[in-house]
Amino acid sequence: MTKTRFYDSDTGADEAVADVADGSTVLIGGFGLAGMPIELIDALIRQGASGLTVVNNNAGNGDTGLAALLAKGRVRKVICSFPRQKDSWVFDGLYREGKVELELVPQGNLAERMRAAGAGIGAFFCPTGVGTPLAEGKETREIDGRTYVLEYPIRGDVALVGAHRADRMGNLVYRKTARNFGPVMATAATTVIAQVREVVDVGGLDPEAVVTPSIYVDRVVAV
Amino acid sequence: MTLSTPLTKQEMAALVARDIEPGSFVNLGIGQPTMVADFLDPAAGVVLHTENGMLNMGPAAPEGEEDWDLTNAGKEPVTELPGAAYFHHADSFAMMRGGHLDVCVLGAFQVSAAGDLANWHTGAVDAIPAVGGAMDLAIGAKSVFVMMSLFAKDGTPKLVPSCSYPLTGVGCVDRVYTEHAVFEIGPEGVVVRETFGTSYDELAERLEVPLIRGASGP
Repeated sequence: MTKTRFYDSDTGADEAVADVADGSTVLIGGFGLAGMPIELIDALIRQGASGLTVVNNNAGNGDTGLAALLAKGRVRKVICSFPRQKDSWVFDGLYREGKVELELVPQGNLAERMRAAGAGIGAFFCPTGVGTPLAEGKETREIDGRTYVLEYPIRGDVALVGAHRADRMGNLVYRKTARNFGPVMATAATTVIAQVREVVDVGGLDPEAVVTPSIYVDRVVAV
Repeated sequence: MTLSTPLTKQEMAALVARDIEPGSFVNLGIGQPTMVADFLDPAAGVVLHTENGMLNMGPAAPEGEEDWDLTNAGKEPVTELPGAAYFHHADSFAMMRGGHLDVCVLGAFQVSAAGDLANWHTGAVDAIPAVGGAMDLAIGAKSVFVMMSLFAKDGTPKLVPSCSYPLTGVGCVDRVYTEHAVFEIGPEGVVVRETFGTSYDELAERLEVPLIRGASGP
């Protein structure tokens, strides 16, 4: 009935991330801890993939989730908009020691570059960052009297998304501002893995309220 | 308006709130500008946007009632008002970039006489840069207001002929609220709208930026 696979056992998170390869680009949902798929990240830490490029709005908070993945030395590069926070000590230390590369991207460009990847857009002209160091070296064009910077898509090999609820088709709904990057990342990766708090039967989600349709979702883990 | 003392941060926030048109869609960024929310008249129907995907954001969540699925741009727990809406990040920033927000209020390290904004990076070699949504807001909102102290801790002005810090946006700032004065930045230059505990002449003396006396004072 659906291509989405469900991982319902106690070791579901581990099974769902078992084939993540070294050197993968991993899109990780969440804005700070809201919407961060902590259990999937913990499983990825146990799985051991290294040399990862991680895309997230931030660069880890405290010592859990993305910060724990960074602390294990599994991340080669972070693509994010806001690494420096009061609780980003893990990233701060690694960055200052030169142990992790940083690509800083304005937050809207981060979202739109993934949206472009998911929507089959080759590149787009964007007004954000014009005349700033983050546009240096990039192609620009004047359109109707305004200057735009050419921005390229960000694609993931894997997306780890934290949603609220899935149905047995693989449709997802989110909760409040924990939605953030999840719906965009779910369109932009080859393999999309969602962790949810609850899986309901087909028909258990209002079709009008579905945010991420099942076509984007490869694997669902209930946590 | 000319007061005999500089404004407190609360008075600055109240002044910004007074200048926001009823019914506006407004983003208050993070840090000091978020204080503006405390001074908005609920009857004015101003709708707050938070970059992480919400319109009609309410005040901070009371202690013990935090919902960590409901946070603001500073990742602090907040509340929703009736009529709130949630949306994903690409839509949230399309709202900014597409010119749908009426006002954003941002902090700044420096603002230039031409309205260039520097607020994300000091350029120090050991600093970890972080930009967040500042560049998107700066070029997207219809009106960009800055709230900042007029002078840095070392006494140098933060309203400058041209920014020495890396830019956030070019020619994007419309108005600057400081403890000493409100400045309007337009095609004709920098107009001093109001002063607080100082005079136009004193400001003209202390700033390197050419100033224009506002029509209605000071």
